[in-house]
Amino acid sequence: MGAPINYRTVLTTCTYCGCGCNFFLEVLDGKVIGTIPCKTSPVNEGKLCIKGWNVHEFVQHEKRLKTPLLRKNGKLEEVSWDEALDFTATRLRQIKESSGPDSIGFLTSAKVTNEENYLLQKFARAAVGTNNIDHCARL
Amino acid sequence: MTNSIAEFEGADCIFIIGSNTTVAHPLIATRIYRAKKNGAKIIVADPRRVHISEVADIYVQQKMGTDVALLNGIMNVILEAGWHDQAFIDERTEDFEKFRKVVAAFPPEKAAEVCGVSADDIRAIAELYGRADKASLVYCMGITQHTTGVDNVKSLANLAMLTGNLGKESCGVNPLRGQNNVQGACDMGGLPNVFTAYQPVTSSAAAEKFARAWGVESLSTTVGMTIPAMLEGLAGGSLKGMFILGENPVVSDPDVNHVKKALEKAELLVVQDIFLTATAELADVVLPGVSFAEKDGTFSNTERRVSRVRQAVTPAGDARQDWWIIQEISRRFGYAMDYDSPQAIFDEMTSLTPSYGGITYERLEGDGLQWPCPTSDHPGTRFLHKDKVARGKGLFHAIAYQPPAEVVDAEYPLWLSTGRVFAHYHTGTMTRNSPTLDAEIAEGFLELSTDDASRLGIADGDWVSLSSRRGSIEVRAMVTKRISAGSVFMPFHFIESCANVVTNPAHDPICKIPELKVCAVRVEKSARLS
Repeated sequence: MGAPINYRTVLTTCTYCGCGCNFFLEVLDGKVIGTIPCKTSPVNEGKLCIKGWNVHEFVQHEKRLKTPLLRKNGKLEEVSWDEALDFTATRLRQIKESSGPDSIGFLTSAKVTNEENYLLQKFARAAVGTNNIDHCARL
Repeated sequence: MTNSIAEFEGADCIFIIGSNTTVAHPLIATRIYRAKKNGAKIIVADPRRVHISEVADIYVQQKMGTDVALLNGIMNVILEAGWHDQAFIDERTEDFEKFRKVVAAFPPEKAAEVCGVSADDIRAIAELYGRADKASLVYCMGITQHTTGVDNVKSLANLAMLTGNLGKESCGVNPLRGQNNVQGACDMGGLPNVFTAYQPVTSSAAAEKFARAWGVESLSTTVGMTIPAMLEGLAGGSLKGMFILGENPVVSDPDVNHVKKALEKAELLVVQDIFLTATAELADVVLPGVSFAEKDGTFSNTERRVSRVRQAVTPAGDARQDWWIIQEISRRFGYAMDYDSPQAIFDEMTSLTPSYGGITYERLEGDGLQWPCPTSDHPGTRFLHKDKVARGKGLFHAIAYQPPAEVVDAEYPLWLSTGRVFAHYHTGTMTRNSPTLDAEIAEGFLELSTDDASRLGIADGDWVSLSSRRGSIEVRAMVTKRISAGSVFMPFHFIESCANVVTNPAHDPICKIPELKVCAVRVEKSARLS
């Protein structure tokens, strides 16, 4: 007898186009192995396009970024989260102090969640003090 | 979209303009096929013979950048024939007279000279759309990515109001949003001029409301920079630091050589992403965030439906939740944030966002909710402008045709447009790292008409060089009847043959959208061997 398999499905929303199809991601022992369209979704009613059917393939791709990187002597090198976050916050603070809040710009993303978009514009507006925030709505 | 995806099935007529629906929004194309089966008449207008044109009752191939001329010609016929809805115009709109004068002076024969669609075809479209009981307009970036993008959209709004196709089921003006959460990013205030739900930053009442909620003394009431202005700012030195979350402008923006130079001038470039994109390669610091499958939250789709995103697996390696990364930077920057989950962020957001005010994670179980959903007992909104146009009266705009920023000449004699292919998505960061999709289409290509190909001595699969005033690239030719003589098309997903090296950054004066859908180019046979 081998170890029991750990298989589950998780209902979520597609990350590609603006249709917003719903499907179940199939997870086996911590790996995303497939996509099953959701029949009760009001958008896609049990259908998916070729991108949707294969949306699980890039999630655990070997080329995913797994560690923060910081440019040192012209090269991006792996660093700890503390070092990357401190560097980012300190440099943003320095630029704000030397050149003013409107010398910093933010691109938020049509790929991240509502919650993350809300948070980044809050950071830009409340913490940095600029309305220089935009995203690829025009692209 | 003013209306909902499912409503397409009930339309009598669907007019698709500047949308490669089958490729870019396949599950909306499915609804259009069903509408066709239910008896709807389908009209497709596109400079390229896109797949959805195969089911069209009328397909016309307007010249690139001539949409206003085509639409004014159609509206001229509708007015002349009396197919407009005078009761709707009188009760629900304003400024009709100014609009009528411009359109009255633009008969279909005049439109035909500009847009290349015959006057008879213009009349036929006007009759099908103008006489339908429930007519729906569908458009995408083929309408918006022009220096006249705002004019094009206003012309479509004119057409819907003229015929009373607004504020009722299976009608409306329906832009198909290209990215899964571009609707949400706009709704959340990811724009330089508005807070959440389009509350203007220039309104002192809005600025005070957000300042109070966020515990700061005051907020800037000056409209910020759009992407093109930020790139200019970097190039000119007024912008010093740039924070990019999940975007890849080095591939996606027009004139990428210029984009790259601008980003290289940044004193600080921070990129938060899931792969080492071409943009991340330029960064001073790269922060690994997580994909949709590794996070909880919500997306808002093209029909304003807010749906849950649920975490299926743990993050890759030591990648972290994107909201956590932003919160940590903010804390270290000196502005405390203390959320314990995406849900806590959502609840704060809805308390400040009227159109999302009645939405909770609990209520999103099942089918999600379509905004506006202002209160906890509101069922959400399937279509907008019911009984009354949201701004009070629907505003007609008098719009005259203007040519694109760049037109063909002896040196650059061909028109170029760009777009997507069925197997890929945007800059290919995700789809090109998906083996099944990569196997479908592994490299870029240039669609060239059979006429131009034989004139230039180019065979299918030959390497060609494609040049514009911005730059030059090498790419293989795909000789096809999908495009007409004098025009070429190229997908923009492939960095090795990056279409955006040649595209024109000229943009609409109001909304700043670049003219990615039309520029002048030259094609020559390349010395590179096949």
